[in-house]
Amino acid sequence: MISLNFVLMLAGILFALSVAGIFLNRKNVILLLMCIELMLLAVNFNFIAFARQLGDLGGQVFVFFILTVAAAESAIGLAILVVLFRERKSINVEQLDTMKG
Amino acid sequence: MSITEILFYAFSGVLLVSAIGVITARNPVHAALFLVFSFFNSAVLWILLEAEFLAIVLVLVYVGAVMVLFLFVVMMLDIKVAEVREGFTRYAPLGILIALIVVAEIGSVVYVKTLGQEVTPVTQVAAEAGYSNTGALGELLYTKYLYPFELAAVILLLAIVAAIVLTMRRRAGLKQQDVGAQVSVRAKDRIRVVKMPPVIEAGEKQS
Repeated sequence: MISLNFVLMLAGILFALSVAGIFLNRKNVILLLMCIELMLLAVNFNFIAFARQLGDLGGQVFVFFILTVAAAESAIGLAILVVLFRERKSINVEQLDTMKG
Repeated sequence: MSITEILFYAFSGVLLVSAIGVITARNPVHAALFLVFSFFNSAVLWILLEAEFLAIVLVLVYVGAVMVLFLFVVMMLDIKVAEVREGFTRYAPLGILIALIVVAEIGSVVYVKTLGQEVTPVTQVAAEAGYSNTGALGELLYTKYLYPFELAAVILLLAIVAAIVLTMRRRAGLKQQDVGAQVSVRAKDRIRVVKMPPVIEAGEKQS
């Protein structure tokens, strides 16, 4: 039987890897979006593990909604990215300082 | 150790290796392909965790649609790899440090909550012969979670509209139909009735 601890630790390591990926690839917007997808995947692991642990399908329904929102997010994010590249001819995050934030 | 556990450990190892591949790949196309691989491994793990419908959805929606969109954008944009890669090693120690802190925190919480004991499902009963994960999930979605389900549909519609509006380009000299002008047009704008006296030529006599 697969223990809950193992799945939680797997999800935690996956989440930590994607956090490290955001630090490593902090200039490439596409890689940042991919790391966000990986983070959402790690969170979904937790939901599925607890749904199995507690015998409650509500967790799986929540994963369904997270997948929906993540798909919408990546579609809009990539659309913004395409428009950005058309304007700037670059996807370097450090050059996006028009608003002096 | 059962075959299920061996498979689970093996596929989680592959999942972590491919996640490392995603964050360290030099070429964004390779990173996207590693991400596809990790989604496939996650689908396998979800099947082992008895979430069959979500595993299929992950493969169909994520690998089939979202990752194809990613690959399409990566290949469409002309990215200078060397330019976006500079500073990669500069922030590596900080990133690894934060990743280790996250793992340590989650590990300590998991350990304290379970006091180091292996927690296995206690409430779980063996599924009866005709049990269908898809059917159970669908029953729940269309009764208890009907309102959130419809909200999710609206969110997807919003994403479609937003993506089209953002990437639509207005070209100069494009001929378009103006619906308002078409609707508000009157008959007298289109047809002009001209009264003319009949002209009888000299040669053709009326008989």
